[in-house]
Amino acid sequence: MSSPSDQTRRTIILTAFATAVHAAVPRPAAAEEDRPGSDLRPQKADLLVFAEGDQAGEAIKPQDLKPGGPFVRAWPKDPKTSVIRKGSRLNEVVVIKLDPAELDDDTRARSADGIVAYSIICSHAGCPITAWGKAAQGDKDVLKCVCHNSEFDARQSAQVVFGPAPRRLAALPLATADGLLTVAGTFVGKVGVQQGG
Amino acid sequence: MTMKQWLLSSFVASTCLFSIAASAGPIEKYTPVTADRLKNPEPGNWMLYRRTYDGQGYSPLDQINTSNVKDLVPVWTFSTGVIEGHEAPPIVNNGVMFVATPQGQVIALNAKTGDEYWRYKRQLPDDLFQLHPTNRGVGLWQDKLYLATTDDHVVALDAKTGKVLWDTKVQDYKKGQYLTLMPLIVDGKVIVGAAGGEFGVRGYIVAYDANNGKELWRTFTIPGPGEPGHETWSGDDWKTGGGSAWMTGNYDPDTRTIYWGTGNAAPWPGDTHPGDNLYTTSVLALDPDSGKIKTYFQYHQNDSWDWDEVDAPMLIDLQRDGRIFKSLIHPGRNAIFWVLERKPDSIKYVAGWPYVYTDVWKGIEPETGKPIVDPAHKPVMGKRVEFCPSLWGGKDWPSAAYSPKTRLVYVPANENFCGGFTGEKVPLVPGQLWLGTKPEDIGLKVRAGATHFGELQAWDPATGKKVWSHIFPRSHLFGSVTATAGDLVFVGGTNDRMFRAFHAKTGELLWEQKTNSGIMGMPVAYEVDGTQYIAIQSGWGVDAQRIQDALTTNNIGIENNVPQGGVVWVFALKK
Repeated sequence: MSSPSDQTRRTIILTAFATAVHAAVPRPAAAEEDRPGSDLRPQKADLLVFAEGDQAGEAIKPQDLKPGGPFVRAWPKDPKTSVIRKGSRLNEVVVIKLDPAELDDDTRARSADGIVAYSIICSHAGCPITAWGKAAQGDKDVLKCVCHNSEFDARQSAQVVFGPAPRRLAALPLATADGLLTVAGTFVGKVGVQQGG
Repeated sequence: MTMKQWLLSSFVASTCLFSIAASAGPIEKYTPVTADRLKNPEPGNWMLYRRTYDGQGYSPLDQINTSNVKDLVPVWTFSTGVIEGHEAPPIVNNGVMFVATPQGQVIALNAKTGDEYWRYKRQLPDDLFQLHPTNRGVGLWQDKLYLATTDDHVVALDAKTGKVLWDTKVQDYKKGQYLTLMPLIVDGKVIVGAAGGEFGVRGYIVAYDANNGKELWRTFTIPGPGEPGHETWSGDDWKTGGGSAWMTGNYDPDTRTIYWGTGNAAPWPGDTHPGDNLYTTSVLALDPDSGKIKTYFQYHQNDSWDWDEVDAPMLIDLQRDGRIFKSLIHPGRNAIFWVLERKPDSIKYVAGWPYVYTDVWKGIEPETGKPIVDPAHKPVMGKRVEFCPSLWGGKDWPSAAYSPKTRLVYVPANENFCGGFTGEKVPLVPGQLWLGTKPEDIGLKVRAGATHFGELQAWDPATGKKVWSHIFPRSHLFGSVTATAGDLVFVGGTNDRMFRAFHAKTGELLWEQKTNSGIMGMPVAYEVDGTQYIAIQSGWGVDAQRIQDALTTNNIGIENNVPQGGVVWVFALKK
């Protein structure tokens, strides 16, 4: 364990270092979450990049997705500034490839050849959707929030099929451009929870 | 302004004036809360989480008793306007009731009439991740009250008006730090403990000056390098090892010692954090002035089951084995009913026994009080391990109660539940769940041949005998218990939405009332103008709902049909 004087000294050095860095090159030193646009909701023409795993940060191509699921977690990325919009967890989406014939009309219209995206934020208590699996009632696979067991039908506009969630997940319209998945418009529906009371 | 707009405005204005005069408005008579009043609360009040610092959950009121409880009727109700788990006791100070609800709401009510004085609604951030959307009550000091929020702030409100007096950030909610407990108030200090054991936090208990919100001390539940107990951790595991502290502590004013329970080790599988992992799954004895750890007792080592032992032990003067001593009594989430002896500088094991079925423990070392684990039922990485009871334990956070009249401990237990999961390496991402398993992998199974799940138990801590029990064949039991001098035991906690009163000596069911929702809150007893009341919040959610969801998938014919939505119920004897 370092002595209090060591700690104080280290604090002073760290502070001085941080100040110097900011004075010299403030922009590049900022964390990605702090960069302008990083907390903006997904914008039309944004790319979608993997949020986790070996390919984290890479743009998602339609062929990266396994038909019928599971989903991948993704962040939108501004193609002009290369800013990944991970400054707010309200920007994260789940992306899943489904059979276009199984989708309802609204969902199909928002999909890129069966690929659909929804906000990862459950409308109940703001937990993330973390699972794709068999519904509590019925045999279909559904999007699940395992915090409080809400389930959403990805084929039917992510409507609630089980659990306490009060409404569907916000949908993100998709398209493809130059072989990559892109955002075709802003979120349809409210992202996140709606407080009662 | 058009004529129509003008008319509308004046109509609104006069309506507002009228409503202020009729019901809402500042509380004109409010009795300041002092150290003496918290140490020796008047029989008619409920100002601490368990009414008294000893955590017994006992009211000396006896107007409502075994002979007349059949005549208990609702006298008023009040809708809270929110869903999810309503877990807070309605707090009562000389005729004024403060109700805390999910979403950081506090409602001040006339405890006699149910009329609203004021309402505070916290504006929670849009990106808040509420794993446990609940709140367990407001602490009182002088003419202020204190709310701990799920976006990790402590807020002081003017008790008379609901106006915010100060608002202090405790830690960053974006890192999975949050608060759900009722603050403990000791001598002008507001003391809270961190939740976040499922997000890889390093737990702590922190005290603020009740007057201005200034931080006075912060004691981490996991010792840092050079501190005693740090050697029970390996490498950097201590930095993210859990030990959250998300329930209100109890307090011994004679020795000036706070007893505070701590949570699970993180992530769940024990082989990811080898060692005893002090002070997870323990009770800590703290100095209220400095936060210094005086002593501790660890209920089990190297927690691997998510068995938070955050429910603080009850302080009971116990006569046992021919002597009277100052005990700590704790029906553990780990299925062991603990009898400990508390001294100013030590906590010693006296006795322990399983109060529900468990296959995890082979016994308890008599000298140290360390339970002996069966490795076959201890979760590890890379394979599925089953264990009983489930990760919700023999009793989760809902409180047991003790009646000094009957000398029995009343436990809202869950029997015949088992669980399991497969340990899996998961990278820690701040603000995201970090369980050491897939959340969807967590199971709850019912033991073959189970006759029941919920069980209200009455234990004699002097003899270790179960004196009576009431079983619930179709429901778990997930609500706090309150005992009264009328020899009554009140509890909700079941999926049939009932609120019940039992005979404290015999366990006979004497009264029940179906409510709007399931009850996972804490019953309280109070008195205004010579009339005794019983109050409870009915509002199902959080873990009561999770267990219900799991029960419905066990093919035992239980439906998931418990409606949500909070209501305060107040009962009195029919006149």
